[in-house]
Amino acid sequence: MSTVTDKTKKVRKAGATKYDKEMYLKWYELMLRIRKFEERALMLYGQQKIRGFCHVYIGQEAVAAGIESAITNEDAIVTAYRQHGTALGRGVPANECMAELMGKETGVVKGKGGSMHFFDKSRRYFGGNGIVGAQIPIGTGIAFAEKYRGTQNLCVTMFGDGAARQGALHESFNMAMTWKLPVLYICENNGYAMGTSVERTSNVMELYKLGYAYDMPSETVDGMSPESVHEAVSKAAKHIREGKGPYYLEIRTYRYKGHSVSDPAKYRTKKEVEEYKEKDPVKVTERKLLSEKIATEEEVKAIKEKVKNEVEESVKFAEESNYPDPSELYTDNYVQKDYPYIMD
Amino acid sequence: MARELALRDALNEAMSEEMRRDESVFLMGEEVAAYNGAYKVSKGMLDEFGPKRVIDTPIAELGFAGIGVGAAMNGLRPIVEFMTWNFAVLAFDQIVNNAAKTLSQSAGQFKCPIVFRGPSGAAGQLAQQHSQTFESWLANVPGLKVVSCIDPADAKGLLKSAIRDDDPVCMMESELLYGYKGEVPEGEYLVPIGVAAVRREGTDVTLVSFNKMMLPTLEAAEELAKEGISAEVIDLRSIRPLDHQTIVESVKKTNRLVVVDESWPLAGVSAEVAYEIQKYAFDYLDAPVTRVNAADTSLPYAPTLVDEYMPNAAKIIKAVKEVTYVK
Repeated sequence: MSTVTDKTKKVRKAGATKYDKEMYLKWYELMLRIRKFEERALMLYGQQKIRGFCHVYIGQEAVAAGIESAITNEDAIVTAYRQHGTALGRGVPANECMAELMGKETGVVKGKGGSMHFFDKSRRYFGGNGIVGAQIPIGTGIAFAEKYRGTQNLCVTMFGDGAARQGALHESFNMAMTWKLPVLYICENNGYAMGTSVERTSNVMELYKLGYAYDMPSETVDGMSPESVHEAVSKAAKHIREGKGPYYLEIRTYRYKGHSVSDPAKYRTKKEVEEYKEKDPVKVTERKLLSEKIATEEEVKAIKEKVKNEVEESVKFAEESNYPDPSELYTDNYVQKDYPYIMD
Repeated sequence: MARELALRDALNEAMSEEMRRDESVFLMGEEVAAYNGAYKVSKGMLDEFGPKRVIDTPIAELGFAGIGVGAAMNGLRPIVEFMTWNFAVLAFDQIVNNAAKTLSQSAGQFKCPIVFRGPSGAAGQLAQQHSQTFESWLANVPGLKVVSCIDPADAKGLLKSAIRDDDPVCMMESELLYGYKGEVPEGEYLVPIGVAAVRREGTDVTLVSFNKMMLPTLEAAEELAKEGISAEVIDLRSIRPLDHQTIVESVKKTNRLVVVDESWPLAGVSAEVAYEIQKYAFDYLDAPVTRVNAADTSLPYAPTLVDEYMPNAAKIIKAVKEVTYVK
């Protein structure tokens, strides 16, 4: 696991407390919400209340937190299928997310997308994409439209280390740089493309260097710290909004669980997982809140209570919701209302 | 007032008119701007609309198709030109997995109003990789619409409808027939997607075809007329949705059907038409539905092999004589 542990000078270290209390509490609450939501989702999967594929975000929470605090609600986000955390970060209510995981009509996409495909147009969330790397050109196109209309908005286009080996990434990087599109590429490098470690897929293990082939400003970021992510995304967003074109951040993070719930992750050593648990973004932030007296124990407890209730409520909401009516099969395939489906 | 226009110029008019009408429409693809289009379909458009709206891309079909999908999801109306549909195979992930599915995945929140267009079908001795038809491949995918037409007037009206459509549309043109001329009305008009056209009325047999196979089909109908066989000729124009009603109505009158289709036979457009007819006109049929397809092979280079592979008027006439039991 040299990619995540190596100490190149490019890796940003978590700084001292340079942000205000409100920011730390916001980060902590969001990260805890994602963690608790995902833990509950895993349980429900075990009980077969959630079916299909289910890829959880546990370990990567600081990435969602640091991105959201550094961009605006007008900016767009598109990502891959490990996306519950990204959607919660955008502000999609836990109720709608949990109901979607259970395939209920009250889900964020009415039970039509499941774990991999949350979309929320009102929050400029362009979805979870199930084809590795497919969202990279799409995010580039979303950014293209922003530039076309002359807005100041950017599109955060997220993908995993596995997608960095797809041709779609290279085609997109090339056109985004040529046309100076307002796109922020973020690779969440959690070290594994499903079960294949980064070093087994290429000679180029420093994924940020892929940007250099296109003269794109590219850096690595410590993804276990919301401060580092926030700082890097803020700097990149400023560059992009100045009209200078795309920016690429390789955020080094870690997923504690397998690729999906059906993956026991035997390709990793216990030691490696334990090492990362020491860097757990939720625990580290909680420790920091208390040790540096950013917040009181009561305040932390209150957030825990709030998040716990919210997640429990989302389960109740989802369980009490209905599955979509079978007639919904024939909606949302075409915008055309009277499309003549073949039904014989 | 109508004037005579080549297919390429009719398509150019369709795009230019829609771009004048709607600022959110733009054209992107390989060689569409400075080169004026590999087949000159976009001639003069860079001059009129500028590089913001007529955009040359690198040779990266997957990438620019995906950029089109993202731009469409974010409120624009892209026209993505493929130099040929053979090269669009590289972009099928974006067409099939994304353009076609965005509306369903997002439960109606994100529409994808995009047109993918380019020539489909063989164009002489271009050999295996440059000679394929893609109508049946794409028509298989719910979420897409597929139009395929070489009549200049109809192609113009269909392309304008496609650009205004809120759903993704794949438009199939013809490399060999970009210079094919026809009467095109002056002024504003649209041709609806999903409606076939009866090109020639007849009573003894129905011939159904589309795209450039319309030419040998009409030629065969002409020859058959000389022998006293009256053929009705239908141009499908749209493959998805497929206007089976027009075909059923015709077969109820003629009692015989030959489908002429440059697709390969297995699971092709002709197979779908034959299914519809056996289902909805079974009692009216006086002969089995017959089809004239491209051969069930790849298309090699040598001229004798091209002739053997392609449907032509002689093969169509032979098929008609089979279903009319004429020796």
